[in-house]
Amino acid sequence: MRLLKLVPENTNIHFLKWQWPTTIISVLLMVASWTLVFTEGLNLGVDFVGGQMIRVTFTQSPTAPVAALRGEIEKLGYGEPVIQTVGSPNAVSIRMRLPHGAESNPGLSDQMVKVIRADLTAHHADARVDGVDSVSGKVSNELGWTAFKALGFAAIAISIYIWFRFEWQFGVGALVSLVHDVSLTMGLFAVTQMEFDLTIVAAILTILGYSLNDTIVVYDRIRENLKKYRRMPMNELLDLSVNETLARTIMVAATMLITLTALLVLGPKVIFGFSAALIVGIVVATYSSIYAAAPMLTWLGVTGQSFVPTETPQDRQERLARGEV
Amino acid sequence: MLDFPVWKRIWVWALTIVVAACSLPTLVTQLGGSWPSQLPNPQVHLGLDLAGGSQLLLEAQPADVAKQRLDTMNETVRTRLREAKPRIRIGDVSTSGGRLSFLLEDASQVDAAREAILPALNGSGSVREWDLQVVDGSRFVLTQTQQGLEQAVTQAMDSATEVVRKRIDALGTREPTIVREGAKRIMVQVPGLQNPQQLKDLLGKTAELQFKLVDTAALQSDIAQGIVPPGDEIVPYAAGTTGAGTSIAVKRLGGIRGDTLTNAQQTNDPQTNEPVVSIQFNGQGADKFGRLTTENVNKPFAIILDGQVLSAPNINEPILGGAAIISGSFTTQSANELAIQLRSGALPVKLTVVDESTVSAELGADSIHKGAIAMLVGTVIIVLLIASAYGRFGIYADLAVIINVLMILGIMAVFGTTLTLPGIAGFVLTIGTAVDANVLINERVREEQRRGRKPFQSVDLGYKEASRTIFDANITHVIAATLMFMFGTGPIKGFAVVLMIGIVTSVFTAVLLTRMWVALWLRRARPATLKI
Repeated sequence: MRLLKLVPENTNIHFLKWQWPTTIISVLLMVASWTLVFTEGLNLGVDFVGGQMIRVTFTQSPTAPVAALRGEIEKLGYGEPVIQTVGSPNAVSIRMRLPHGAESNPGLSDQMVKVIRADLTAHHADARVDGVDSVSGKVSNELGWTAFKALGFAAIAISIYIWFRFEWQFGVGALVSLVHDVSLTMGLFAVTQMEFDLTIVAAILTILGYSLNDTIVVYDRIRENLKKYRRMPMNELLDLSVNETLARTIMVAATMLITLTALLVLGPKVIFGFSAALIVGIVVATYSSIYAAAPMLTWLGVTGQSFVPTETPQDRQERLARGEV
Repeated sequence: MLDFPVWKRIWVWALTIVVAACSLPTLVTQLGGSWPSQLPNPQVHLGLDLAGGSQLLLEAQPADVAKQRLDTMNETVRTRLREAKPRIRIGDVSTSGGRLSFLLEDASQVDAAREAILPALNGSGSVREWDLQVVDGSRFVLTQTQQGLEQAVTQAMDSATEVVRKRIDALGTREPTIVREGAKRIMVQVPGLQNPQQLKDLLGKTAELQFKLVDTAALQSDIAQGIVPPGDEIVPYAAGTTGAGTSIAVKRLGGIRGDTLTNAQQTNDPQTNEPVVSIQFNGQGADKFGRLTTENVNKPFAIILDGQVLSAPNINEPILGGAAIISGSFTTQSANELAIQLRSGALPVKLTVVDESTVSAELGADSIHKGAIAMLVGTVIIVLLIASAYGRFGIYADLAVIINVLMILGIMAVFGTTLTLPGIAGFVLTIGTAVDANVLINERVREEQRRGRKPFQSVDLGYKEASRTIFDANITHVIAATLMFMFGTGPIKGFAVVLMIGIVTSVFTAVLLTRMWVALWLRRARPATLKI
C-alpha cells in the first residue's frame, strides 16, 4: 500500500516570490478588520455588556419565528430585544438589557424573565427555554477586563519566551503574525455579527497559541538552516525552510480543521461561534506562518550571520594559536 | 534516544495503564453501565452546561459590613461608658461618614474614657480593628482600619457561606456546589435545578429576626411625618401584611434577637388556620423571652424581620418555656421559606445575585450527546488519515492519541475536575496538538531517511530534532493555558484545565510512548528501509 502524501516530496514552491502582494493583502485585511470592529462594532454577549439572555428552541418548527418574536417582546415594554439564531435555525438567543434600576433591585430582572417566559409559552406552544443567563453590569465589566488582560499578557509572555529562545527579530515576527491572526478573527466577528462572548475569548487565546506554535515550527527550521547554510541568500533559505516544514504544516492544519469541522457541524450549537472562530483562526494562522512570520525576518535584518556566536578575545587567541586565519 | 531497558518499559507501561484506567468509572457510568461499588470510583464531574442546572454568583457589599460594625461599636461604646465608674456621659453622637464620633460632657474624663474604650478596639484577632483619635480635647473619633474591615468581611463571608449551605441543603437538592470566590463572592451551583427563583428567594433575605416593644405613647402623626420619638426607631410594615404602607415606633433598646433559636417550623395557627412559623428559643433565649413577656403583659411587641414589621401582637400572658408563634400574613410557601431561613440562621451580610445562569437538562443532554459524536467522528477521520499517511508509524501515533484521551479523562477523574462544554472543545484541540507532535516526528524521520540515513539513525534523529520543536511549541500552549486559567472565569477555565492536562499527557503519549514502541519494533524487525 502506498502511503498518502498530502504534500509531494521535494516540493519547492517559491512562496517568498509573492511576499509583497500578500503583505499588502494582509495589511489591508487587518486595517479592514479593525475598521469594522470600530465602526460596526462587535456583537457583544451578556458576558461583556450585562443583561439577560434567554435561549429558546422551537422544537416543532424548522425555523424560529424571529420577526414575530421581536414584535411580541417589544410590546412587553422592556425595550428592544436582540434576537438571533444560534447554530441551528430553530434555536435563538434573546438578549435584553437589564431593566432600569435592576442593579439595586435584582427582583426587577427576575420579573422581566418571568414575563418574557410566560409570553413565549403563550404565543408559541413548542418553545422550550434552554437556559437563562443574567449578568450584572459590574460583573460584565470585570469579565471584559480580565479577558483583555489574559489576551494581552499571553501575547507578551509568549513573545518574550520566543525572544529568549531565538533572537529578538523572531519574537517581533511572532508577535506581528499573532496580531495579524487575532485581528482577522475579530474582523470575522465584526462582519458576521456572531455573538462575541467569553467562549470566543477562549477561542482567540487558542488561536494565539496555535499561531505561535505554527510560527515556531517554521522559525525552528529557519534557525537550523541558518546554522547549516550560512551563505545561502535569505529569501532562498526562507523558501527552503517553509517547504521543508510544509508537509507538517498542511497535515496539522488538516487534522485540526477536520476535528473542528466535525465540532461545527455535528457538535452542540452553543459552541458554533467557538468552532467557527477556531476554523478561521487556524486557516489564517497557517497562512501567516508562511507569509507574515518568515518575510518579517528579512525585513528585521536576520542574516546568515545571526546565529554565529560572537568571537570573544579568548576565542580569537585560541583560533590564532591553532594557526587559523 | 532509542534505548529502552526493561525497568523503563515497566515504568512507562505501569504509568500509562494506571492513569488510563482511572477514566473507566466515568466512561462506564456515562455509557449507562454501573461501576462495581467495591472498586475505587473516581469520576469526572459534569459542568452545569452539560448536566443542566442553575448557577448563581452572590456578592456581598463590604459597605454593609462596615455599617453593621459601626452600629455594633456605637452600642459597645455606649455600654462601656455607661458602665464605667464613675459613669462617663457623652453627647453629640454621630455615625456619619463611616466614623463614630462623640463628645465627652466632662473633658477631664478623657483618660478614663480612653481606658474604657481601648479593649473594644482590638476585637478578638491580632489586627487592630479601630483607630481612635481625640480631637479638641474632648471629641472622640473612631475609624475602622482597612485590615479590620477586611477581616470582618472575610469572617462575615465565611459564616455567610455556611448559612447559604444550610439553606440550600434544606431544599433537598442533590450535590450543590458552594464555593467562596475572591473576597466577597459566593458561587452556588445546583445541578438539576430548573427554576432558580425559589433558591433566590431563599438566599435573598438575611432573615434577621428581632422582637421589640412597641412604643404605645408615640403619636401616629409624628410617625407619619418621620419624627422619631426619643429612644425609639421607626420600622415600616412589610409588604403584604395587614399594616402594609404604615410604620410603627418601637423602643430601640430592650428587645431581643432571634439568633438564639433551636428550631423553626411552618405550622398552622390552631384558631385561624393561617400559616404561621413556630419557633423554639434555646435556654438562654427562652429566659430572656420569658422575662420580656412577663414584664410587658398587655403591651404589644413587634416581630421584625430584616427591618420590617411582620406583626405586632399583644402579649396576653407571659410566654415561658421559649416556644412562640410568628404570624404575619404568610402563605404556606412563604412561611416555610421563613422557617428554613430562621433555622439556618441569619446571613451576616446581605447577598445580591450578580450573575445567574440556568441550563435546561435537555440542552445539557443534547450538548454532551452532540459533543461526543463530534469528537468521535473527528477522531475516526484523523486516525484513518494518520494511519494512511504514516503506515505503521501512523498506527502508533493513533494508539497514542486514544491513550491520550483516556489519560486526560483519568487525570480529571482523580482530581475531581469538572468537564464543561468548552472542555470538550479543549479535548478536540488536544487531539490536534497530540497529532501535531507525531506529525512533526514522522515528517522528520521521513526527511532523514530521504537524506540517505539508515532506519535506526533516521528514527533517532527524527525524535531528537522534533523534540526541540515540540518543546518550544508546547511551552507557548502552556503559557496561553496558564493565563486562561489565571484570568479566566467559567467557560475559559474549563477549557484551560483540559488544555493543561492535555499538554502534559500528549507529550508523554506522543513522544515517549510512541518512541518506545518504535524502538522495540526496530530492534525486533530490523527493517532495511522504513516505509514512512
